[in-house]
Amino acid sequence: MATAEAGGDLRLSGVTKRFSAFTAVDGIDLTIAQGEFFAMLGPSGCGKTTTLRMVAGLEEPTEGSIHLGDLDVTHKKPYQRPVNTVFQNYALFPHLTIFENVAFGLRRRGVKDVKKQATDALDLVELGHLAQRKPAQLSGGQQQRIALARAVVNRPQVLLLDEPLGALDLKLRRQMQIELKRIQTEVGITFVHVTHDQEEAMTMADRVAVMNHGKIEQLGAPSDLYESPDTTFVANFLGQSNLVPGTRTGTDGGYVVIESHGQKARILQSRCVPGSDLLLGVRPEKIRIQEAGDEVPTGLNRLTGGVVVDASYLGVSTQYLVRLPWGQNLTVFSQNLGITERFRDGSAVTLAWEPDHSFGLAGDAAAGVDEEAAALAAAASAPQG
Amino acid sequence: MSTGIKARRWLGRHALHIYGVLAFAYIFTPIAYVMVFSFNRPARSNLTWRGFTLENWTNPCNAPDVCNALGNSLKIGVASTVIATVLGTMVAFALARYRFRGRTTTNLLIFLPMATPEVVLAASLLTLFLNMRVQLGFTTIIIAHVMFSISFVVVAVKARIASLDPRLEQAAQDLYAGEFETFRRITLPLVAPGIAGAALLAFSLSFDDFIITNFVSGDVNTFPKFVYVSAGRGIPADAYVIGSAMFLLAMAIVLAAELFRWRRAKNL
Ligand SMILES: Nc1ncnc2c1ncn2[C@@H]1O[C@H](COP(=O)(O)OP(=O)(O)OP(=O)(O)O)[C@@H](O)[C@H]1O
Ligand SMILES: [Mg+2]
Repeated sequence: MATAEAGGDLRLSGVTKRFSAFTAVDGIDLTIAQGEFFAMLGPSGCGKTTTLRMVAGLEEPTEGSIHLGDLDVTHKKPYQRPVNTVFQNYALFPHLTIFENVAFGLRRRGVKDVKKQATDALDLVELGHLAQRKPAQLSGGQQQRIALARAVVNRPQVLLLDEPLGALDLKLRRQMQIELKRIQTEVGITFVHVTHDQEEAMTMADRVAVMNHGKIEQLGAPSDLYESPDTTFVANFLGQSNLVPGTRTGTDGGYVVIESHGQKARILQSRCVPGSDLLLGVRPEKIRIQEAGDEVPTGLNRLTGGVVVDASYLGVSTQYLVRLPWGQNLTVFSQNLGITERFRDGSAVTLAWEPDHSFGLAGDAAAGVDEEAAALAAAASAPQG
Repeated sequence: MSTGIKARRWLGRHALHIYGVLAFAYIFTPIAYVMVFSFNRPARSNLTWRGFTLENWTNPCNAPDVCNALGNSLKIGVASTVIATVLGTMVAFALARYRFRGRTTTNLLIFLPMATPEVVLAASLLTLFLNMRVQLGFTTIIIAHVMFSISFVVVAVKARIASLDPRLEQAAQDLYAGEFETFRRITLPLVAPGIAGAALLAFSLSFDDFIITNFVSGDVNTFPKFVYVSAGRGIPADAYVIGSAMFLLAMAIVLAAELFRWRRAKNL
């Protein structure tokens, strides 16, 4: 029946969803391989849930098509697709027991050993003892796990997860992440996982798509996205980035040379966008901080004239905020190896890093900045007392 | 401490209780009166206390026609409740779920029978029936009762449907339930309490109705009609027995429902 072997990849071609005048999803092209763990990240309202709903069949695309293998499912009913969803708000059936919630899909499909499969699924999420309760008698986290069991028990071809671990505490969350990953590799189900937790996306997914305003900003392996963001939005949304404005002055070997406030730096040509107005990007943990005047190894990019305005000791590392002569603050994470010196507020420092670790972007340097984190950083850098 | 202050403190602490007791007394005095007088020794009328007897309760059909009228009321009540509940539920689903031309207008018109004075409705219904040369009787009463109770059913069921999370039905469809299975397993069970409430309301509206029934009933006698007519020459104590019995039955149903809920909650 519904889980008949359609086989193959999940393909979205030019999928667009408009709600009257508002475009929630804007021409998404995406191929997710069978058995892949695919994560979708993006700010609230960027169209993640809408995309999942179109794959599930709960929303019809305004344009474009969705294929599962060779099967065109664009206009198929939800119950005709070998796809199951873990809803963002669980959507457990309040009048049915936990067991019947989990058994629901099995019963509709006319599976024989409903009892065993449902019990196994409940054991998988470690809630077998609650089988006879009603959903209202469970905590948020427990409900979330039931929602997971209710979908997984059907062994669908594609499992859609809309922030399935959002309500769990950190420990349970990590535990469920491992469980999810195990289920996914064991059964070979394609997982499409929407999350707000970057770390979750990075650690679990084979590939990650970062969405913004209904479009995919960038798609790739977690390390590619992190090391080599294509846009300032991705650079700021995934982790933190330092973006220094500058202009292209030429090339040097395989590198683009960029000049910023009289200081030159190099960026790998393959990691630099075209155009002359550029943003020189580097991740905070890639930067070495050293005393002004100390010799910088040749071949490194460097920015001189920095002053430490804030140093926060975080245990494994120290986070510095360094003000450059033109007033811009850069963030530096320095591992507490115990062999390097720690700097105090007011120290004059030089920042240096491997040219291969820089990237060149264009556009708005503040796009995708986590506003809350930015406010905290600003508060931290404000003079004390 | 002066007694004045003490009294005021006491009043402050117990004001709510006193208010509650008074309110209940206000509500229940007439009912208590009915109950007490159902044990009154029978005579032509039942207005003065003549002494205690169980005779009325052991033989409630003693007065001519009272049980006949009661039977008619029950029959009409059941028939009109079934029809109004089925039709009203269907209307409620249509209004809550489908966008069609005239939906907003229908939503407004549904309230019209509730807002129109009952005598006006009754008079116009009678005119209608007479013009169409319909024989007055059971059929006309049931038509009239369905007409005025259907609005209440629609409103009650629609409210219940509106409070239903649409994602539940989506989840059911996602879990391989087709449209009909989704309706049967998810929608209907979740809306059922609303439908049951609406049915009870429709029944009590029908059982209770005097004005419209009096216009369109021809020579069919109903319980309210019987009581009204006999009020002129003295209501027999049997009517009080039936009234008390109805009240006790309603209370018993409410208590049983509560008990059932409580037991179920405890057993989990
Ligand atoms: N039925 C609808 N009618 C109109 N607009 C809608 C509808 N559903 C979603 N939207 C809009 O589409 C946009 C994308 O919504 P969506 O639920 O996909 O966001 P999301 O990325 O899942 O966000 P979150 O992370 O907060 O869950 C939002 O701006 C939302 O207001
Ligand atoms: Mg969402």
